[in-house]
Amino acid sequence: MKVITANFVTCAVKECKTSPASFPLHFQDAELEQQELDFQPEFIRNILPRIDWEALRTISNELGFPSLPDSKPEGDALENEQTLRDLHRLLLETQVTEGKLTCGNCGHSYMIKEGIANFLLPSHLV
Amino acid sequence: MSRPEDILPPDLFYNDNESRKYTKSSRIRNIQANMTSRALELLDLKSPSFILDLGCGSGLSGEMLSEVTPEEGGPHTWIGMDISPSMLDVALQREVEGDLFLADIGQGVPFRPGTFDAAISISAIQWLCNAETSDVTAEGRLRRFFEGLYASLRRGGRAVCQFYPKNDVQRSMISGAAIKAGFGAGILEDDPGTKSSKLYLVLTVGGGGLTGDITGVVNGMDDVSVLDARRKAAEINNARGPPRKGDKAWILHKKEQMAKKGKVVKASSKYTGRKRRIAF
Repeated sequence: MKVITANFVTCAVKECKTSPASFPLHFQDAELEQQELDFQPEFIRNILPRIDWEALRTISNELGFPSLPDSKPEGDALENEQTLRDLHRLLLETQVTEGKLTCGNCGHSYMIKEGIANFLLPSHLV
Repeated sequence: MSRPEDILPPDLFYNDNESRKYTKSSRIRNIQANMTSRALELLDLKSPSFILDLGCGSGLSGEMLSEVTPEEGGPHTWIGMDISPSMLDVALQREVEGDLFLADIGQGVPFRPGTFDAAISISAIQWLCNAETSDVTAEGRLRRFFEGLYASLRRGGRAVCQFYPKNDVQRSMISGAAIKAGFGAGILEDDPGTKSSKLYLVLTVGGGGLTGDITGVVNGMDDVSVLDARRKAAEINNARGPPRKGDKAWILHKKEQMAKKGKVVKASSKYTGRKRRIAF
């Protein structure tokens, strides 16, 4: 699972939909992998307004990366290619291959195996 | 012709063997590629976008999203969801670029509101018309799916779902559920009346510079004729014209006017406005 995906996915349990604690899901025992992908500055500029920066800081802390700046790069900062490249590296090229995603509200854990997260729920949680 | 939907639930039907056969068959790959490019044409994306692939299977459709050239506004980044582990396994082996989820789209779409620019689904949502256990219903699964999808698309976003309904009941059940969730919905049919006819459910989320529904989407496309059921219904209403003096509608209108003025008006019934029978 890419970091960009972790910035958008929420807990699938119905009761958690209304709770702010259900986002972001927290990584546990994560194993990371870098995958080279083509750099697309335009996509980063497109997606950046939708990124939840606080959640991204939390996630990158949990994954053990150096801390991100306090606020989201905006305006002129988006013209800086190095900033965009760093974001591309973090959001798209960094993948969690094994581990768990845990909801902060209900405590349900979603397993990640070979990069695929299992979001199938038992029917009593749907 | 037998339908896989009638044989087994999707996670069991697409086992290792079926998944491999499905992905290797050049006939299926061809059809899937054609349908994906048609869906992309309907989505009309101008810049690299974030796309959700519902029922992505082995990534046949997702692969094409990553391959869109920069001149055509690509390549897009996508997330795929599928219920069949074997299909996802094949996708892993083929090293697709998208992020994969093992999830049941009938249980909802677990993403933050406004996540995606667009969604695509090739030959998947008819599976939602089957309820495999007694504690879920097809209607409930469709409702959860469309509500989740509606929330996860950004304003002005579009979704194109190609599907194979078993009959007209399923077709209207699916489009009805989409409309109930808030989508502007329309169905595009390619090669109608032939064996290879294909149905695309085109869903639009209001706002963000996109006006109207599917008629706005296909505007400017060649070889598309628009059959608007709503316009037809409105025409029939208009053709009847205003109520003529003396007919039932006119009488009821007058009675209502009089009642509003505070006059005593006889109760209306099915006999109101009918002629008396001839006495002899």
